[in-house]
Amino acid sequence: MNLFDILGPVMVGPSSSHTAGAVRIGYISEKLLQDHVRKAEILLHGSFATTGIGHGTDKALIAGLLGMHPDDIRIPASFDLAKKVGMEFTFSTVTLKDAHPNTAVLRLSGEHGRKIEVQAASIGGGRILIAKLDGIEVNFTAEKPTLIVHNVDQPGHVAQVTSMLAERNVNIATLQLYRDKRGGYAVMVIETDQEVPQDSVEWLEQLNGIIKVTYINVED
Amino acid sequence: MSYQSFEQVLQKCHTEEKEFWRVILEDDMAERNVSEEDSMEHMRVTWDAMLLAAATYEGNLNSSSGLVGGDGRRMEEYIHSAVTESLCGEYVDTCIAGALQMGESNACMKRIVAAPTAGACGVLPAVLVPYFQKRCKDTDKILKAMYVAAGIGQIIATRSSISGAAGGCQAEIGSASSMAAGALTYLQGGNCEQIATAAAMAMKNLLGLVCDPVAGLVEVPCVKRNVIGTVNAMSCADMAMAGITSRIPPDQVMDAMKEVGDKMDTSLRETALGGLARTEEGMKIAEKMHSSHKNC
Repeated sequence: MNLFDILGPVMVGPSSSHTAGAVRIGYISEKLLQDHVRKAEILLHGSFATTGIGHGTDKALIAGLLGMHPDDIRIPASFDLAKKVGMEFTFSTVTLKDAHPNTAVLRLSGEHGRKIEVQAASIGGGRILIAKLDGIEVNFTAEKPTLIVHNVDQPGHVAQVTSMLAERNVNIATLQLYRDKRGGYAVMVIETDQEVPQDSVEWLEQLNGIIKVTYINVED
Repeated sequence: MSYQSFEQVLQKCHTEEKEFWRVILEDDMAERNVSEEDSMEHMRVTWDAMLLAAATYEGNLNSSSGLVGGDGRRMEEYIHSAVTESLCGEYVDTCIAGALQMGESNACMKRIVAAPTAGACGVLPAVLVPYFQKRCKDTDKILKAMYVAAGIGQIIATRSSISGAAGGCQAEIGSASSMAAGALTYLQGGNCEQIATAAAMAMKNLLGLVCDPVAGLVEVPCVKRNVIGTVNAMSCADMAMAGITSRIPPDQVMDAMKEVGDKMDTSLRETALGGLARTEEGMKIAEKMHSSHKNC
């Protein structure tokens, strides 16, 4: 833990896992959607389901979806703010298999028709882990620049992405590959040490066999 | 953090003739690859957030469950009422009020600084803010004391835990109290050994403290436990300044905290299945909260 994990974060209370982490889950999910959230169907699992309401987990998730950070003093008023911008949302509880006790599933649709399903866990101290994207298991924290490539499971796509990154002098910190079945739908999650240039992201998007490219860099 | 123990930090203090806070500051610079100015600036922002949180307490607020609110105001009124002469005296009572207020602000979804956790966020500001306002108007000195506190918290997190779910309340309020005791000892002019001694004594006094939140909320008993963390920190700093030492070395105290936490039943580690949460009244409150949420 670094020094400001001990003295910090500066956050809206009452709980770093149930409140600050929940804001961050909402915030990262909105970035992954890459669109303003129009509709959100939110499922709460485990401790989020049993003590979430008393900890403001619900308000925190919505605040994050509105683009707020964990120290935003408007978090308690997030439901009203969501109404003002026309965001609809529902909450229900769910029991997931093998999920962290503080887990939420967010089914989001955006203003421009984009859709995503994110399953994320708040793992303590306000830190989070994205566990599933659109039903496919992943494993990243969104603390580094992260490139997520959805592609058809066929040879060559990993090489395309990694050689592009090498050309642009972007060092890969971690590389994870996931797929639903052989020849089906695959996801690459790449955490990098440097920023990935926007034109490279756009170049990837138009390649044959690449279904969707998402790039987030939220360190500020 | 590159240090695993108080022993290593103290050794660095001696071999390089550096103060405790500087050893921790330099470790932060190396770990996050930042300059001294950048690290100090981050600490200043953190301190400002603490001051602002203390200054913006609202005595008429209640948490959404209705369990806590207004006690920080009651304590402050008591200090100034002079109907009864208080036992602790005005200065200590001001610190007690500060601890209650920050704990309540946290429960009421106001902005606070987790130190080391949100549930224990009242202890460090409760000792530092009155010290700054009534004893030492020197921001730099306070920032250095915060490095001392953070260093102690890092050692505890490395050797043991700062999470109630892992180690019970001793890991949260115990750690906060230990950090605050070290910070106060530094402010009072204590040397590196005295800082470590105060931290060790503060943790020893709270060993075994369970995490038993009523209805699983960071409210009862969390808010008032910030008070024991605060008063304990002050008494341990005074003992260390008096030259009293800990018979058990600081690192071994923190190891004992881990052992106690590991042995603690899970019902007493933030699950709301034991202790105050399982009293007749505690369960009644939880049941009432549960049914009111079902209805809305």
